[in-house]
Amino acid sequence: MGERTSTMTGVLGWLDQRMPVMDFWNKHVGQYYAPKNFNVWYYFGSLALLVLVNQIVTGIFLTMHYKPSAAEAFSSVEYIMRDVEWGWLIRYMHSTGASFFFIVVYLHMFRALLYGSYQKPRELIWVLGVVIFLLLMAEAFLGYVLPWGQMSFWGAQVIVSLFGAIPVIGPDLVVFIQGDYLPSDSTINRFFALHVVALPIALLLLVVLHLGALHEVGSNNPDGIEIKKKKDASGKPLDGIPFHPYYTVKDLFGAGVFLTLFAFVIFFEPTFGDLFLEYDNFAPADPLVTPAQIKPVWYFTPYYAMLRAVPDKFFGVVVMGAAVLILFLVPWLDRSPVRSIRYRGPLTKIALALFAVSFVTLGYLGLQAGSETQTLVARICTFIYFGFFAAMPFFTAIDSVKPVPERVTMHD
Amino acid sequence: MIKPFLSVLLALVGSVALAAGPGPKLLNAGTNISDRASLQRGAQLYFNYCASCHSLQYMRYSRLAEDLGLSEDQVMKYLNFTGAKFGDTIKANMPVGTGDSAGGEDWFGKAPPDLSLVARARNDGPNWIYTYLLSFYPDPTRPVGWNNTVFPNASMPHVMWDLQGVQVLVQPEDGEAQGDGHSGPTFELIKEGTRTPEQYRQDARDVATFLEYVGEPAALQRERYGLWVLLYLLLFTGVAYMLKHEYWKDVH
Repeated sequence: MGERTSTMTGVLGWLDQRMPVMDFWNKHVGQYYAPKNFNVWYYFGSLALLVLVNQIVTGIFLTMHYKPSAAEAFSSVEYIMRDVEWGWLIRYMHSTGASFFFIVVYLHMFRALLYGSYQKPRELIWVLGVVIFLLLMAEAFLGYVLPWGQMSFWGAQVIVSLFGAIPVIGPDLVVFIQGDYLPSDSTINRFFALHVVALPIALLLLVVLHLGALHEVGSNNPDGIEIKKKKDASGKPLDGIPFHPYYTVKDLFGAGVFLTLFAFVIFFEPTFGDLFLEYDNFAPADPLVTPAQIKPVWYFTPYYAMLRAVPDKFFGVVVMGAAVLILFLVPWLDRSPVRSIRYRGPLTKIALALFAVSFVTLGYLGLQAGSETQTLVARICTFIYFGFFAAMPFFTAIDSVKPVPERVTMHD
Repeated sequence: MIKPFLSVLLALVGSVALAAGPGPKLLNAGTNISDRASLQRGAQLYFNYCASCHSLQYMRYSRLAEDLGLSEDQVMKYLNFTGAKFGDTIKANMPVGTGDSAGGEDWFGKAPPDLSLVARARNDGPNWIYTYLLSFYPDPTRPVGWNNTVFPNASMPHVMWDLQGVQVLVQPEDGEAQGDGHSGPTFELIKEGTRTPEQYRQDARDVATFLEYVGEPAALQRERYGLWVLLYLLLFTGVAYMLKHEYWKDVH
């Protein structure tokens, strides 16, 4: 094959003749046409990418000083906090980043539910997104174990023991995962390998696929209108604007707001009450002393509340797993002819509101000790959570719809 | 459009306040780690009364000097009683946890814990320490003759009794709530110490402040830099907003 022709000169031209640099840039940034009516909900995609980069970069520096062993892990984290230059900042950026990752991702997912971003032809983007969410949960759990504090140890013990509820292979599976009968030195070592090598690679690959799938079909928007249907003479969507410079500068502003909030937490409230770093985790892991209350970090508590709401352990694990896996089906459960909540009827709005409220309530309940009233409320919320998905094919089919405009609307 | 977003955030913040679990009623210590004099007094009290048994294994003498504004000479002369080097971490005077005849286990049945993170590892740590130091009372049924309402059946004697004096327990915590709604225990001083009750509360506050600092020495740094970082980011966000506004002029 001969040299590619390129309109570029100099170093870029040299590269472009050997690799489709400009094609790539134009396809994904320079001439990627995004709808011009994105609202505040559309910041969270780029912010998720920003947090991912933050986690990877701070994670690399933590890895330089952290010791993945039961004997040294806890002290090595304190060493980072006290003796490593700027170690405290790196550690707080990483720990706060974990919580902000989930805030951003939950809002990003809720955006998709609001505007029907999972509907045809974007089902694959949604499915890849749910896989990313699953991996992110695994990544966060593994990372939480690494400081080897009390909550690391007991959290690991509780979560890994859930696999023990699986019939027949359960107990052996627990030993296989931990490499021991209890969370121990071998557990921390393998969790470290998974946390810093295996899952980040898988996450990065899936993010590339998620974006690749998105850029193939184009972005949805708050009106749920397909902008590619109305093009000008040169074939550009009338309601589209090039991602660069319009959305690069807009996302730069979004990043500024995000980083301001992020920095506020890092510098002034890094434990965020007891939510981002739990006080129990400032005590070293002790297999002989059970903490008064074992609870996961806030971003897992909705699912933890569901687990506790079910009286039977095995069935509880099934419910918890199903709560995440059911998300995969959303593109095929929604039978509405319109995408955006703006043009849907009251049934969908009420259902989505109930779903959101029950999810947040479950998150709150998962942090509590679990009194009888709380368990009852958790059961009701679990019922609503699953009811939302189970009833979706019906309420989306019979709900009234408003006429969808031909062109996108600008609100701000 | 922004409303659902805010409600999620508010729900998140709201749960912080409610997340505090049950526990002993704690007094408000009013610690302030930026108060260097309080930190220095707390360090002096800590090394005189606590450091014989309780190590600060993650804290270095040199770091202490730097953060508390003390010279190497001052630290080595007034705070270091173990003969450790300036750059060493702070070990207890009495060898502990080794199980040999000189170990703390033989003194108290259990090795006295390291206190590097005592202020962080408990809910409301600094207030816990403050209240704990104010809640010792004589109890002949205990091996060391002392008990504590915040940490019932603690193995530790009231080491600062000469400062506080001796107070007896009049009304335990689970008694009837009093007029002001505070149902904490009440004590009565039966033997005066070398310090007045007001002075002793200040002593307890100083120790709590010192241990709060020891729990996270970086807190001094992060609060110092934090304001500048926020100012920079606000400026950055402002410029980014103007840039966005400029680029988006032609989008209608």
